[in-house]
Amino acid sequence: MKAKHQRLTLALLAVAAVIGAALLALSALKDQAAFFYAPGDVKKGEMPLGRAVRLGGMVEAGSIAKLPDGVSIRFVVTDGIAKVPVAFKGIVPDLFREKSGVVAEGSFNADGSFTATNLLAKHDEKYMPPEIAGKMHETKSLEQ
Amino acid sequence: MIAEAGLAALWFAAALAALQLALAAVGVRRSMFSGAAKTGADDVALTSQILSAVRPVAVVQGLLAGLSLLLLIIAFVRSDMSVLLVATNSHSDKPLIYKIAGAWGNHEGSMLLWVTILGLAGGAVAILEHRLQRATLIATLGAQAMIALGFYAFLLFSSNPFARLNPAPVDGNGLNPLLQDPGLAFHPPTLYIGYVGISVAFSFAVGALVTRDVGPAFARAMRPWVLGAWIFLTLGITAGSYWAYYELGWGGWWFWDPVENASLMPWLAATALLHSVTVLATRDGLRAWTVMLAVVAFSMSMIGTFLVRSGILTSVHAFAVDPKRGAFILVLLALYIGGALLLFAARVGTVRQGNTFEPVSREGALVANNLMLSVILGIVLIGTLYPIVAAGMGVQLSVGPPFFDKTAGPIALILVAIMGAGPLLRWRRDEANVVLGRMLVPVAATGITFAACAVLGRGIGILPLLGLSLAVGAGAASVAPLWKRNLRRTPLFTWGMVIAHLGIAVSLFGMASDSAFTKQTLVAARIGEPQRVGPFTVTLDHIRPVIGPNWSALEATLTVRRGDGAAFTLRPQSRFFASPPTVTSESAIATKIDGQLYTVLGQEDEQGRWQLRLWWKPFVTLIWLGGALIALGGLLSLLGRVRRERRVATREDEA
Repeated sequence: MKAKHQRLTLALLAVAAVIGAALLALSALKDQAAFFYAPGDVKKGEMPLGRAVRLGGMVEAGSIAKLPDGVSIRFVVTDGIAKVPVAFKGIVPDLFREKSGVVAEGSFNADGSFTATNLLAKHDEKYMPPEIAGKMHETKSLEQ
Repeated sequence: MIAEAGLAALWFAAALAALQLALAAVGVRRSMFSGAAKTGADDVALTSQILSAVRPVAVVQGLLAGLSLLLLIIAFVRSDMSVLLVATNSHSDKPLIYKIAGAWGNHEGSMLLWVTILGLAGGAVAILEHRLQRATLIATLGAQAMIALGFYAFLLFSSNPFARLNPAPVDGNGLNPLLQDPGLAFHPPTLYIGYVGISVAFSFAVGALVTRDVGPAFARAMRPWVLGAWIFLTLGITAGSYWAYYELGWGGWWFWDPVENASLMPWLAATALLHSVTVLATRDGLRAWTVMLAVVAFSMSMIGTFLVRSGILTSVHAFAVDPKRGAFILVLLALYIGGALLLFAARVGTVRQGNTFEPVSREGALVANNLMLSVILGIVLIGTLYPIVAAGMGVQLSVGPPFFDKTAGPIALILVAIMGAGPLLRWRRDEANVVLGRMLVPVAATGITFAACAVLGRGIGILPLLGLSLAVGAGAASVAPLWKRNLRRTPLFTWGMVIAHLGIAVSLFGMASDSAFTKQTLVAARIGEPQRVGPFTVTLDHIRPVIGPNWSALEATLTVRRGDGAAFTLRPQSRFFASPPTVTSESAIATKIDGQLYTVLGQEDEQGRWQLRLWWKPFVTLIWLGGALIALGGLLSLLGRVRRERRVATREDEA
């Protein structure tokens, strides 16, 4: 193979690899990106069923119920506009408590409830995940 | 006084970096403009004069940065609460090791650590590098100074670690308990040495581009730095993964968290660079390619720093959320990456074509390896940045394991297959059918494992199944280069390659085994009631309070028995830290020859039952053992190369 041709081939291969990676990633992102929902969005009936999404908001006061098996709980996530009942099986994070911010990872059910596979709680008194901070902010401005 | 001295040292270091850059610019200009026309004795004398001036400047700059970091550590050790950074991040009750490590367990301190390592690395280049052309070395040190200047400016203008607090509080806020772990003492410095090592490799590339000196000599000067950086990145990622595994209590070892990706991306780029620099050093091929990879690797380590340090991400790693700082780093990032790409575009025409090769050859396999690594890198980069870009457009989303597993996973398996085949190929050209003969054993091993696992292990996913079988095949292929060789006369760097490749296979086996065979039990356990997980019976004996240096905890005592074997005890805890008030769960892990039993204690319910999460993870330890083997392989390679270089250098001196 001539030197010039080889250089060209290599450059083309590199470009092809980069474009291939981008196409592969972007097409997969369509199916795999987990969108973030607030309870207010759910009321509008725009929830996708069975797809991995995140639900963020506050844990409603007095809503945490422990089930008899000792490892399952139910609670309600609210953003002041709407409420979504959530079911979770597992050990809740240490900072998970009522009237505190939470992001639930999981999927919506047909009846409008949410099954969480993982819970992320806010880290400490000063810290709030920007997802929640952003959503709460948005909701507030909607209320005004 | 200590804080002021630290700040002064930082200012002096920054001034010296500016001087270093100016000297280098003068030196390179002079040798470029006159050097091409007449290589007179004057120019040689001038460049050597400038070089002898730049060298000590680089060394002293590094030492001053080091002094500054040392003074910050002293402020932390003395719990000097009049220093803002100490008051916000430390507490006088903390054990000494966390006072020291706490110096970089925050935004300002970790940036100071970054720039210190950069300065010291520049000093090391100035002292150790003697074989490179003078002008190229001067340009390299100039590039180092330029990178350092940006970070000095960042520290001095927007992240002063030595700012005072008046009046001083009685005591500090303490350190995030998740960070109060021996991991903090080693994880950030290791990763930073990796990042910085890559920036040194990049400086060499800039030096070579500026002085039009891209060739084997430049590759040989750059290689130890790439290898060194790569070893540290490997260690940092491996240690970080194990730290997350036992500290978070989620039983996972990799979460595709943006911060993890920030360390993985430079590693992928460095791995590609490591392989192409070898082609350049030994075969004088892939010249422009190697320089481009150095630019990419550096960009990735800058993006990594940006992602972690700008506060754009929320995790344990994102200490500060300050838009001004984020903007500052973003500008630095744009200047460095944009500048590097511009320089590359402007000078790539002057890089002459190296030696060519046939598609079926060692070089061909290395190009394929580079391409696959680039594809994975592209996928990880897009997956990591996509949520940030989407957030900029007002859409909130997250990209998690399902995305990365489905996209990067299969490509990584192809990459492992290429890795197995590569070392069995000859340089320059090889015959396809002869190669297939050499690969008979590994291919057969892959096929047999695949068949066995498919028949015996029902319900295993396709990726873990392919992972297990490819791991066995790649393991066999990686030791094949030693076949029929005199092991005592095999060069050290060949051993390095074999061990590093074997490490990849071992690690892959651990990953695949973990996702294929893990057993999990989640229960609310009564005292004395036995629970089963995998081959183990776990009994909760009692829960007792225990007191640590700056925490109190509830500790479960679990008696574990495997079949009829001897019983042993595990003690997972739920810890309470007073400053700042936080609860963490400390998992208890039993390591067996064939895997790990992982136990986490949850909360108590109204009936007096305790939540327990138990995992049996067969061969999960191989993941990190493989990581250690990869780093060991890198180290042997580095020693082998340095030794050979030295021997060649002595021979040249004698001749």
